[in-house]
Amino acid sequence: MPKDSGIGASPKRREDVRFLSGTGNYTDDIQVNGQAYVHFLRSDVAHAKINGINLDAASVMPGVIKIFTGADFEGVGGIPCGWQVTDRHGEPMQEPAHPVLAQGKVRYVGDQIAAVVAETLEQARDAAEAIEVDLEELPAVVDMKAALAEGATKVHDDLTSNLCYDWGFVEENKPAVDAAFEAAAHVTTLELRNNRLVANPMEPRVAIGDFNRATGESTLYTTSQNPHVIRLLMGAFVLGIPEHKLRVVAPDVGGGFGTKIFHYAEEAFCTFAAKALNRAVKWTSTRSEAFISDAHGRDHVTKIELALDAENNFTALRTDTYANMGAYLSTFAPSVPTWLHGTLMAGNYKTPLIYVNVKAVFTNTVPVDAYRGAGRPEATYQLERVIDKAARELGVDPIALRRQNFITEFPYATPVAVEYDTGDYNGTMDALEKMADLSGFEARRKESEARGKLRGFGVNCYIEACGIAPSNLVGQLGARAGLYESATVRVNATGGIVVMTGSHSHGQGHETSFPQVIAEMIGIDESMVEIEHGDTANTPMGMGTYGSRSIAVGGSAMVRATEKIIAKAKKIAAHLMEAAEADIELKDGAFSVAGTDKSVAWGDVTLAAYVPHNYPLEDIEPGLEETAFYDPANFTYPSGAYACEVEVDPDTGKVTIEAFNAADDFGNIINPMIVDGQVHGGIGQGVGQALLENAAYDENGQLLSASYMDYAMPRASDVPFYGVDHSSQTPCTHNPLGVKGCGEAGAIGSPPAVVNAVVDALRSGGHDIHHIDMPVSPSRVWQAMNG
Amino acid sequence: MSQVTMTVNGKEMSGDAEGRTLLSQFLRETLGLTGTHVGCDTSQCGACVVHVDGVAVKACTMLAMEADGASVDTIEGQAAPDGTLNALQQAFQDHHGLQCGFCTPGMIMSAADLLKNNPTPTEAEVRHHLEGNICRCTGYHNIVKAIMAASGQDVSSIAAE
Repeated sequence: MPKDSGIGASPKRREDVRFLSGTGNYTDDIQVNGQAYVHFLRSDVAHAKINGINLDAASVMPGVIKIFTGADFEGVGGIPCGWQVTDRHGEPMQEPAHPVLAQGKVRYVGDQIAAVVAETLEQARDAAEAIEVDLEELPAVVDMKAALAEGATKVHDDLTSNLCYDWGFVEENKPAVDAAFEAAAHVTTLELRNNRLVANPMEPRVAIGDFNRATGESTLYTTSQNPHVIRLLMGAFVLGIPEHKLRVVAPDVGGGFGTKIFHYAEEAFCTFAAKALNRAVKWTSTRSEAFISDAHGRDHVTKIELALDAENNFTALRTDTYANMGAYLSTFAPSVPTWLHGTLMAGNYKTPLIYVNVKAVFTNTVPVDAYRGAGRPEATYQLERVIDKAARELGVDPIALRRQNFITEFPYATPVAVEYDTGDYNGTMDALEKMADLSGFEARRKESEARGKLRGFGVNCYIEACGIAPSNLVGQLGARAGLYESATVRVNATGGIVVMTGSHSHGQGHETSFPQVIAEMIGIDESMVEIEHGDTANTPMGMGTYGSRSIAVGGSAMVRATEKIIAKAKKIAAHLMEAAEADIELKDGAFSVAGTDKSVAWGDVTLAAYVPHNYPLEDIEPGLEETAFYDPANFTYPSGAYACEVEVDPDTGKVTIEAFNAADDFGNIINPMIVDGQVHGGIGQGVGQALLENAAYDENGQLLSASYMDYAMPRASDVPFYGVDHSSQTPCTHNPLGVKGCGEAGAIGSPPAVVNAVVDALRSGGHDIHHIDMPVSPSRVWQAMNG
Repeated sequence: MSQVTMTVNGKEMSGDAEGRTLLSQFLRETLGLTGTHVGCDTSQCGACVVHVDGVAVKACTMLAMEADGASVDTIEGQAAPDGTLNALQQAFQDHHGLQCGFCTPGMIMSAADLLKNNPTPTEAEVRHHLEGNICRCTGYHNIVKAIMAASGQDVSSIAAE
């Protein structure tokens, strides 16, 4: 029987009421008294020297308050990068300066040249048109391999080349890996591109800077997944504002998918300008601006090789990847193709030897950083595509080949430096085979063929690594931040609870799922627990929400704080009942003395904590409020098996998704409804990547797909109802809830299933095709079929 | 600037608008009705769908002045005066048809338009109708399910929420 409350139940989301009635509080809904508006004049060329900026005409336009250029930011820090990668020779990556407004050069279409602050947005836009910029255009570097060629134009003149780093992982493994390839019975090779994507949360970014001259306090309202991280990066590295004089508020945020993790120049600008002008300054991105200013995702070009022995056991894996960084290093960009990608290359398989090489490259394009999955989709795509190709080359069943090579014993230390605590890869594959009705596939294929269509079935597995940690390890890997999470549990006098968490909810439903955990621990109704997040003024320092970390890390912090609450409440209850603390039991919201009928209610204990008349004041302080910081011992490792069934129209090349099934192991699950929703959304984005989406640049660095007219977002008619199963549950062994995280699984696990299915369909039609790059658009499919 | 007057969710409201002021902008910034969202600038995303004289319109495709004298319904007017969600809103909550909530006002207004004209749409008809409404969170599964449920159809055979 499904539970109706607590852990494992699916209560309706409480945040929905405000979202459904138009009473949410998104950043653009905020109007600060007297706010001015900023419009950024952005470069429309990819690479140019700024010879001069003439503001004479623009400055006297109606409503203009001030126009800022790079010169106004000469004494200000640049936008920092939060992760330093060390290359295979032990040298630090090349790290260019990243000014708030361009200084000397523009380096991508969208780079900010000037910022016009005016009384109204229209006036700011009008004035921006009157700015005269003398740009001396330079050759643009767009293609990564061309950017690394001898004599290529440099994106940053003060760096030695366009190579950010050349990373080898695990470098010491390389000779053994190479030897294994020499000895292999079979080697399968595949070259592929993981297409560049734009995250496209439906809410564009917004920043409002405010300044109170009387207190000297700055406030930034921003569309962020991690307001504390923004406060630290912007305060300490860009503007020199200490935390106690800087408040960052991220209220209701309309989706993030990674691109709202990063600290952006617009945030620093609005905060800086508000202080300089002593009035609030608001920026709301248009969608067109979002395409050329939100960090993009993916954009890897990879050659992957898989070595097998005569019995089809995987013996070694070798990859060679070029990863686009864009023109500047966005906050976590260097970590994505390295520690979030190389460490996942073992996937679900016991391949004993792995070597990953990644060359990160600067180009005259929008900076590239984490997008839902971040590194893990790139790893999964390569691995699951090359396994599929190997199965075809060897004439074996792709599922059987996977099963044969599955890791089956845990804990398992991979050759790429991580240790999986639990998993049951055969279990998720069993569940998938059942859902996907494999035995009926041939009949469905024949039915499609009768209608002149080609039908294909594709399968793949995935491993995700969530809740990247522990902090001391990630510090050694180059992170310039900790990766713990925090929670303060404040119990009020009459028993209600407010939890202030460093996690941030921008669609994940924390306001509903987090109370389920606390209510279950104490045995009270969920309605007695409220979650506050998103405001540095009332939440403890926390690292925010990304990398599917909220329940595994933030949830664990909340559990630890609640354990402290319960321990103290037991002391109070023991005093009230004149019993020994060790004899106190908490069940269903009441404290009792073991073996007696003595009992006090939760509310009596909480009241005693705040009205401490009958209270052990000599032993414990009044009040009932506790904070915990939780730093995980390891990542968590969700896993799963996904299957896609497609139909291809040979006349047009159009691919239709006929069925998509996902079997995931997320460990213990707090709210199955929300977990299913996360998987659905991830699959939607993964199908989007596989079939539709592509951030395409021309050779001059112009983004060709810079609006919803040109960038194909998945629509309702592009996807089917999905089958989702998470009956296979191997709890995480190192966090108190046994949870693993579910936010990115769908986006990681779905693209290879789609492409595997398309290749299967085409091959069933007699086309000798091994690969089509994503997006598998009608034109690419048609070209592949018609050579 | 000219004064524009319209009946919004049954109440007469007025404000100043420039010739270039969009209806979406006027509702949000002049009338303070921020439930109508703006997610793009090419009239693709549908987050700003409202009803003008009973017809679903993307409020970013219409000038405020064009709506002078019109009757406009927005997301803020969909629930009962005591806050009780209407059947469509309730179906979205029951079936987890929203996550971040940003596209949701447009989804509700667009789906209401569909159900008005087609009280029991098929799955294909729902998906086709939502062509002009983009959601990035849900993969559409639970949106389609919620709309079909709101029309009184049994959705229990569709996979879990």
